[in-house]
Amino acid sequence: MAKYSKFAAVGLLLAFPLLVSSDYYRHIMILALMWVVIGSSWNLLAGYTGQISFGHAIFFGVGAYSAGLCTTKLGISAWWGMLIGGPMAMLFGFVLGAICFRLRGTYFNLATLALAEILRLVAKSWVSLTEGMMGILTIQTFRSKVPYYYLAFGIAALCVFAIWAIIRSKWGYYFVAIREDQDAAEHLGISAFRYKSISLLVSSFFTGVAGAFYMNYMGFIDPDVVFSLYYISIMAILVAIIGGAGMIWGPPVGAFIMVLLQELFRSAFFGYLPKWISEAHAMAFGILVIVVIRFMANGVVGDWVKLSGLFTRQKAPIPSVTSGN
Amino acid sequence: MEMFIQMLVAGILIGGIYALIGLGMTLIMGVMRIINLAHGQLMMVAMYITYVLYFYLGIDPYFALLVAMPALFLLGVAIQKYFLNPLLKIDSIIPQNQILMTVGVGIVLTETIRFIFRSDYKSVKTSYSSATFMIGNISWNVPMFVAFGLAVALTAGLFIFLLKTDAGKSVRATAQNKDAAMIMGINADWITQLTYGLGAAMAAAGGTLLLPIYYLFPDVGSQFTLKAFIITVLGGMGSTVGAIVGGIVLGIAETLGATYISMDLKDAFGMVIFVVVLVFMPGGLKELTKV
Repeated sequence: MAKYSKFAAVGLLLAFPLLVSSDYYRHIMILALMWVVIGSSWNLLAGYTGQISFGHAIFFGVGAYSAGLCTTKLGISAWWGMLIGGPMAMLFGFVLGAICFRLRGTYFNLATLALAEILRLVAKSWVSLTEGMMGILTIQTFRSKVPYYYLAFGIAALCVFAIWAIIRSKWGYYFVAIREDQDAAEHLGISAFRYKSISLLVSSFFTGVAGAFYMNYMGFIDPDVVFSLYYISIMAILVAIIGGAGMIWGPPVGAFIMVLLQELFRSAFFGYLPKWISEAHAMAFGILVIVVIRFMANGVVGDWVKLSGLFTRQKAPIPSVTSGN
Repeated sequence: MEMFIQMLVAGILIGGIYALIGLGMTLIMGVMRIINLAHGQLMMVAMYITYVLYFYLGIDPYFALLVAMPALFLLGVAIQKYFLNPLLKIDSIIPQNQILMTVGVGIVLTETIRFIFRSDYKSVKTSYSSATFMIGNISWNVPMFVAFGLAVALTAGLFIFLLKTDAGKSVRATAQNKDAAMIMGINADWITQLTYGLGAAMAAAGGTLLLPIYYLFPDVGSQFTLKAFIITVLGGMGSTVGAIVGGIVLGIAETLGATYISMDLKDAFGMVIFVVVLVFMPGGLKELTKV
């Protein structure tokens, strides 16, 4: 049953632009697919390797700016950013890893957060390169949403598949070993630094590609949007947690939930509820953080049995010890 | 040279207030091992309380301390009791969910204030807001000087509390070893609440003292959250003496950096110091002072 529902979901996603012609709904779906990529990337580093990054905005922003700078500085199409953005983000990921991986736990979280803030401030004040708060404005290539939709779908599928393959390989087991107990893993001969770096490089690559896609799709970026602590770094964490961290299907499910919820509040439930609700959408985001952490720490996918138990009145069985899949 | 000394003085004075804010976060860090990313937002709430008292009742910001600090203490206790402590019982794959919870609390506080007061910039202009006096060729800003003095007094008060009182000793015991403290009959739940409340009250004091010389808007909190955690790490997590030194170092670094390098990057200097400290001296200044 669960197996078929995945195929059904993928099929439904493929057919979505044919079924729904409204650009507004297509736009939401494109954003959700983009968040599938970011959430899954974050999940590889945090959910599987145990390194909770509070700075994924770095990679998103670097990817977006690589694409934007292609147009403004090199005079070539921003689509080249799709090729350059990933490797550029990896470069930053490499530096971030060199600095932060000697730290653990809370120190690591804070270091990533601080680096992201540094990058935001630099992007804001280095006007000759980034145009500062003016941001970068390009003209979108396609007027229709459909090409963007399938591109986003392609990236998301590639990302989820790549992470799925990595997790099933030897690397995946190394990652989980490091998450569970870094010292024990090192004693077994797993170089924690090397495998944490590999995890981070893969993670930053896909986040960078997502950033470059965002630049191409939205046509406008500025430092406060793409390097945002709340709306990129924290959002990435939420997407993974609400879906279920440490599970392949967690972040994809979480991405759709989060993007839909955010859009519901932003548009005041598509206009059915009074307008002041849309003014409070940032508050809704905060409340969502609290509720998710408080009641659904293992996400929709992780707590699925518990959630469905709410309706069927079945008691959740005692969870078995899993290897993190 | 004169300019340099002037900037140094300004840096130390603002550093005293930073130290007060950082001290609250350090306390929380020491006991709960989490970084409180709602710290600046708590401070912002205190600033709005002070603003309301001043604007509607005409109470001087320095007297408003007597209201803002207890109010924030209660808010802090409530946050710890109803939002943070329950998380300890949840088994999840992400061990850092308390930090995320403070992020959520911070957002909600900011947005609640924005809902009530809108995003407008506000300021409290007292008769002494821009008063100065001179010692030699160096001018001293009166409210900053007073704020520095009060910050020192409050810090001293906190130290007396931590060193001399029973509750203070329990706080330190819990910070050193939570399990051992619980075996000794210390109510760890209550101590965490007390600590968070105290931390919030210290942040409230910092905000209230800052108000006559600063401006106020709902997003003012996030930059102070960042400053506070820079101070906490700079001083060595959990080290109260380190936090004071860290606060003053940050104040000086910001003022000198803004004067001699670039005004725009003022906030980035703290971050750079932060990363350098994390990489080369992960224990913070505590490694040097051993306190």
